[in-house]
Amino acid sequence: MGQLSGPTDPTADAHWEHNHPRKGFFTDTSICIGCKACEVACKEWNHNPQDGNLELLGSSYDNTGSLGASTWRHVAFIEQGQERIAEARESGRALVSLGMPRIGPPAPAGSAATDLAGADTTPPDTADFRWLMSSDVCKHCTHAGCLDVCPTGALFRTEFGTVVVQDDVCNGCGTCVAGCPFGVIERRSNGTVKVATSREEQHAKHPSVPNEGIAQKCTLCYDRLVADETPACAKACPTTSIKFGDHDDMVDTARERVATLHAQGMTEARLYGANEHDGVGGTGSVFLLLDEPEVYGLPPDPRVPTADLPQMYKRAGMAVAGMAAAAALVFLGGRA
Amino acid sequence: MTLSEFDNFRPAEPARRRRQGGKPGMRRRRDNGDGSREMPMVPEPEFTSYYGRPVVKPAPWGDDVAIYLFLGGVAAGSALLGLGGQLTGRPVLRRNARLGALAAVSAGAVALVKDLGRPERFLHMLRTFKVTSPMSVGSWILSAFSAGAGVSAVAEIDRLSGNRLPLGPLRKVLQAVEGPAGVEAAVFAGPLAAYTAVLLGDTATPTWNAAHEELPFVFVSSACLASAGLAMVTTPVRETGPAQKLAVLGVIGDVVAMKVMERRMDPVAAEPLHQGKAGAMLKWSERLALAGGLGTLLGGRNRVAAAASGLALLTASALTRFGVFEAGLASAKDPRYTIEPQKNRLAARRAAGVTGDAITTGS
Repeated sequence: MGQLSGPTDPTADAHWEHNHPRKGFFTDTSICIGCKACEVACKEWNHNPQDGNLELLGSSYDNTGSLGASTWRHVAFIEQGQERIAEARESGRALVSLGMPRIGPPAPAGSAATDLAGADTTPPDTADFRWLMSSDVCKHCTHAGCLDVCPTGALFRTEFGTVVVQDDVCNGCGTCVAGCPFGVIERRSNGTVKVATSREEQHAKHPSVPNEGIAQKCTLCYDRLVADETPACAKACPTTSIKFGDHDDMVDTARERVATLHAQGMTEARLYGANEHDGVGGTGSVFLLLDEPEVYGLPPDPRVPTADLPQMYKRAGMAVAGMAAAAALVFLGGRA
Repeated sequence: MTLSEFDNFRPAEPARRRRQGGKPGMRRRRDNGDGSREMPMVPEPEFTSYYGRPVVKPAPWGDDVAIYLFLGGVAAGSALLGLGGQLTGRPVLRRNARLGALAAVSAGAVALVKDLGRPERFLHMLRTFKVTSPMSVGSWILSAFSAGAGVSAVAEIDRLSGNRLPLGPLRKVLQAVEGPAGVEAAVFAGPLAAYTAVLLGDTATPTWNAAHEELPFVFVSSACLASAGLAMVTTPVRETGPAQKLAVLGVIGDVVAMKVMERRMDPVAAEPLHQGKAGAMLKWSERLALAGGLGTLLGGRNRVAAAASGLALLTASALTRFGVFEAGLASAKDPRYTIEPQKNRLAARRAAGVTGDAITTGS
């Protein structure tokens, strides 16, 4: 059993004897244009079937809904007015002034992140409306809740530090679904999709759904990684909003980018998942967000449930002892 | 404001829902009710979320799993009663408890397999042993328990049928291992009753996770009162003295543990335990448990009263399991139960000067 919480190297923790660097994404939402090329590329490469009915969800341009068994990239669209932009700018500024300890190497010289008080923080363009777009994906956590609770060993840690489901091992127990603090992994339903009645005839025959009844999620294109290729979504991203590379480089890139944005007065910029002291030991997929995480549908303070498992076992042990004692007590007084 | 004459025909806009006790600082997205834009299809919640969609996903578990939570408890307690009957010379209690344990654990295991996405792969549960996975640990506990419960129950069936089971020379072996098998089942009984609480606690489902400290105590108490209830239904009162005492202890434990749990949990995450279907089930479970406990104390000497009390206790336990199960699923489906407790604990840590462990960082 490896470490349950705190900073660690997940591949070493999983007893891989090699020195593949940990791979990860850096999703810079400040340059996402919401084209959904990542969603399409992911679906095509991974042969993921249609997810639910084709319908308009009434949530800006997001008609995908959320990450799920057959949706491994999901582009969120949020429309905001002036008031909300000002609030986001304030909450971002508050994060900087919290005086959080820096982790890793200091920022390169010239970065204005260290002291924002003196910087010119006039917003570059005081827009009265903004459209946030963010491509969400599996976080490939350092301490992955799904991986920890998987009873069959179907979920495993790859040599790249990512978390992948083995389709032929998973028996669809669904524990991982509840174990994920980000709501990413999902059990694929039988995939029978009802198509709008007018098109019923054209779409009557759907291709059979692979891997039905088992848990599915982003593999960080494990099949492409072993061939030294870039994952499909990052490859397809036209603005380099999705960057792929060694996890350490990604975190450094993210830190530089947020410092640059802060220097430009965009104090609403913040990183999500770059702190290895957080509840999941840092994520493999790092994000740069322009508002609080819950606005994007991300949990504000996720914690891998397994971190508390020793305590839970202890409490369960006490309960078992209590039950045994109660049973012994009631039979005291000898034979009937 | 009227933009066109047809706007007069629009229905009146519903009054905005305002939750009581909304904390200051909870923000909403901008109010767009002036008609200048399309009204959002999803009603805006009081806290910020992504179109009111859930953050975590509920476990894809149906009622089968709740049934198993109940039956596993019944089986566990019955194995303990069976061992007690075996050691203190109560043959009817021993026989009924052993048969009850096997019936409950078999039905429970079937329910579990049925709930899998790929039931034909149920044996994959035993392809590894993982301490970090309560489901894996539980599968091994369930297997070990079933072995002992099975052997001791088959011995009872053989005796009931007047040694007519086609066992041949194995009958002697069966009679020799029957006692040790009863002991073995009883050893795994406690873990069988308690591990399901760890299984629920070790999830990101807000209400289950918030309950992880006390849930094991609720579940073992519920197992005690349910199995005692079953014994009181099946067995004449002259042999159910210990079962009745266990029932009373179980009721006390269940009610107290539930109250302590609700008080120590995050208040927001505890809300689903009091609302809707889950709230109603848990309320009735407490009432029935108290009624069953009182009935046991007052009418335990009367066969009919004891059986009625036993039935009340069994129902109470089933309602407890279903209530906790449903409350957890409900908490996962509403983003509020994920976001608010997390925001509150983050703010509390920041107020206490801990700033290094947030997932959101300014640099």
